[in-house]
Amino acid sequence: MKGRVLIVDDDTALAEMLGIVLRGEGFEPSFVADGDKALAVFRDTKPDLVLLDLMLPGRDGIDVCRQIRAESGVPIVMLTAKSDTVDVVVGLESGADDYVVKPFKPKELVARVRARLRRAEEPTPEQLAIGDLVIDVAGHSVKREGRSIPLTPLEFDLLVALARKPWQVFTREVLLEQVWGYRHAADTRLVNVHVQRLRSKIERDPERPEIVVTVRGVGYKAGPS
Amino acid sequence: MRGTTPIVMPAPHDDGVSGAWAGQERPEAEARAGRPGPVLLRRVPTVPVIGLLVRRVLGLFRRSRALWRRSIQLRVVATTLVLSLGVVLLLGVVVMNQVRNGLLDAKVQAARSQAAGGFENAQNQFAQLSGAGRANGSQGSALPSGTGAAGGQVDMGTWLTTLVTYLSSGGAGDFSVVAMAPSSPGGNGDAGGAGIRGSRTSGDVSPSSIPAAMQQALQSTGQQQEAYTQIVQETPNGVTRQAGVVIGRQLSGPGNSPYQLYFLFPFQEDAKTLGLVTDTLAIAGVFVVILLGAIAWLVTRQVVAPVRIAAGISERLAAGRLEERMKVSGTDDIARLGESFNKMAAALQTQIRQLEELSRVQRRFVSDVSHELRTPLTTVRMAADLLYEAREDFQDVSATRSAELLQAQLDRFESLLSDLLEISRFDAGAAVLEAEPVDLREVVQRVVDAAEPLARRKGSPLRVVGAEHPVVAEVDPRRIERVLRNLVVNALEHGEGREVSVRLAAAEGAVAVGVRDYGIGLKPGEASRVFHRFWRADPARARTTGGTGLGLSIALEDANLHGGWLQAWGEPGGGSQFRLTLPRNVGADIQRSPMPLEPEDSRRNRGLGASGVPYQRSARPVPAAGEHPALPAGEAGAAKGGGPGAGGPAVGRALPGQAAGPGPAADASSAAGYGAGVGARRVVIRRAAESPAASAASAGPGVQGSARGERASGESAGEARRNADDEAEA
Repeated sequence: MKGRVLIVDDDTALAEMLGIVLRGEGFEPSFVADGDKALAVFRDTKPDLVLLDLMLPGRDGIDVCRQIRAESGVPIVMLTAKSDTVDVVVGLESGADDYVVKPFKPKELVARVRARLRRAEEPTPEQLAIGDLVIDVAGHSVKREGRSIPLTPLEFDLLVALARKPWQVFTREVLLEQVWGYRHAADTRLVNVHVQRLRSKIERDPERPEIVVTVRGVGYKAGPS
Repeated sequence: MRGTTPIVMPAPHDDGVSGAWAGQERPEAEARAGRPGPVLLRRVPTVPVIGLLVRRVLGLFRRSRALWRRSIQLRVVATTLVLSLGVVLLLGVVVMNQVRNGLLDAKVQAARSQAAGGFENAQNQFAQLSGAGRANGSQGSALPSGTGAAGGQVDMGTWLTTLVTYLSSGGAGDFSVVAMAPSSPGGNGDAGGAGIRGSRTSGDVSPSSIPAAMQQALQSTGQQQEAYTQIVQETPNGVTRQAGVVIGRQLSGPGNSPYQLYFLFPFQEDAKTLGLVTDTLAIAGVFVVILLGAIAWLVTRQVVAPVRIAAGISERLAAGRLEERMKVSGTDDIARLGESFNKMAAALQTQIRQLEELSRVQRRFVSDVSHELRTPLTTVRMAADLLYEAREDFQDVSATRSAELLQAQLDRFESLLSDLLEISRFDAGAAVLEAEPVDLREVVQRVVDAAEPLARRKGSPLRVVGAEHPVVAEVDPRRIERVLRNLVVNALEHGEGREVSVRLAAAEGAVAVGVRDYGIGLKPGEASRVFHRFWRADPARARTTGGTGLGLSIALEDANLHGGWLQAWGEPGGGSQFRLTLPRNVGADIQRSPMPLEPEDSRRNRGLGASGVPYQRSARPVPAAGEHPALPAGEAGAAKGGGPGAGGPAVGRALPGQAAGPGPAADASSAAGYGAGVGARRVVIRRAAESPAASAASAGPGVQGSARGERASGESAGEARRNADDEAEA
């Protein structure tokens, strides 16, 4: 199994501990402590997943997250000490797929990392249509009128989950379970932020979404194709 | 004007409406009502018109009263107008009086001297006439003496006529003359011949101008008399009256008989003068009043305008625009007001800025502490976890135990830290509400599911009531879940292994969740203290689940953040209920909670409900527990169920004022065995909670259980339970 994890954290003790835990679970950790060097190391190591501390010296975690997201759809899991809405939402909006709030238990972290890596392992040949979009699940591509729209793996998963059952209304909890792999209900802000990000990419008018429709008080569903 | 005219006929602007209405209404009313038409006719149109009018007048009155109250300027101007009007009127009256008296005095003086001259003239004429008669010559007399004055003697009538004509010709219209013979008082009451003979007047003056009293006085005293009178003039066009003064004297005429001579002076000229003065004064007064009003308006404007500006600015300050200041010019009182106002505003601004800064710093500090503490704690946590996982491999038993302790205490430390940070976030005002429409049933279900392991460990059945309909409200689901988790865990911890129920209720503007337990309950006064930080019901009590002592404080803060209520109710030994009430929509006010704080099955309520009369200490000898037919059911339930089944009797024992007698149970015998019924029902419900198969039937047997309380009271709880099972199968 692929398992190269880049740990971007300035706290050496925590980084080392993370390394011990991940190694124990069969991952290959690599480290960088400085936000300015993070991108260079990322390019060198080409990790399968990035663990990113939001508070870093030099360039802060948010900027690093944006830089990485700008050139890669690799899963990014934030480590944050702040569970305040603003911090979490800013982190998610800058491109992180998921987050873990300190202090976390090792098992929790490993579960999150595995959930983010799992999806790449099970490609199924499938062609889906949602709205005026055509989704090639195996080819990991979304096209509108022949032009492909770049999505991160997580956004793609979210769209596929909705498109597979266009008749169903998905609650945020169900989406958390299916897309993020949370067993228990967690932070529904994850869903909200990522739906917004997804809409900004696939909707013709993100203010009036037609593909990912909000069902007030319940959740989301795929728009009519 | 406005008030009176429209009552008689509709006001012009009402005319269109009421007139048209009346026009349409009339034939209809007549056609419909036949004879009584006219009565209807009169009532129908006028009542609304009067109503409209009254409303209009009232509205005007209310508006002007509001304006009166609001505007100092209006009050000052109006007061000035009223007062100056009073002063001017008073002054005018006084001045007019002076002028009139002065004019009158002068007139009377002039009249007296003219009358004196006239009387003298008359005497002289008479003396000349009689002298000429004696001297047989009439050369010196100015009087025409040809009219029967032969023989030196003239008769009285002729004399008087001659005299009046003579005297009045010298008056040039200033006065009139009346002469009367003594035999004709007044003259006007007599026959025509007597009148002509009795009195002679000049011009059109009527003899009735002379007051009768004056005539009599003159006749009796013979001295000169004066009086004010109305001078009556009889012209062919009619009778005119004019104020004037009359002066009369008794003289002796021909034949040595006395006659009365009156001079009448009208005030015509003086009245004109007086009118002119009055007009002038009135015009001057009106001008003075208007000018005074204008001056008052100007002066108050000078004072009121800055005050109004200050009021406006302080409103804006209160609205949060702290930069607003008054313009200050000069050094007068208004300027001082402005200066001190600005000082106050500046002080406020500084204070608020400081507080804001303080709040910001504290928030920042909390955030920093949070981060700084959490990062090393994460490392420790992970290390401890690794050690804990590997504890079996340790050679040393104490090392194994240490790893376990480390793990457990880290959990506690972690929850304490997060609770502390949460509390300080509330204190710093940094807590943000993220509300969305949520069905509270789902939240409750999640909480109940999560608390299930603890409930099993405690042996407390956990059930949800009132989840048939959606209970949707705009809430922050994370916070509400935290609150409910806290309440449920608390209830389980203090529930003594008895049932814990979570009730949902919704009413118009609010939703409520109540968490009820039947455990140790709360002593009086504890219901508010439970929300104090680090407060513990019993410090000696074992901390089995290791709460931080901040849970309920945070729960209360969470409820407050929603604009909701979190309240506790409890009775010692009877359990407690915590009720969370939340507005349906964010920012709305809660009128009342959809759920009573004191549950229906509280001991007090049951004491009332069981017998239908207020509970009172039984005068009858309380039967021993074993003897009473109601008890075995409860006791059996208690024995078998180990808690909730004992609800009835257990509660009975703890009733206030009741030594040990089964109060509700004793009442129950006379009231369909309510206590036992409760006991039996509890068992049934407990069964239902335990086995999912029976849950569908839980409502049925529950109701029936209480309905046939009489029977259930004679049965054992076990039998009741069997019944429930049977029905569940059915």
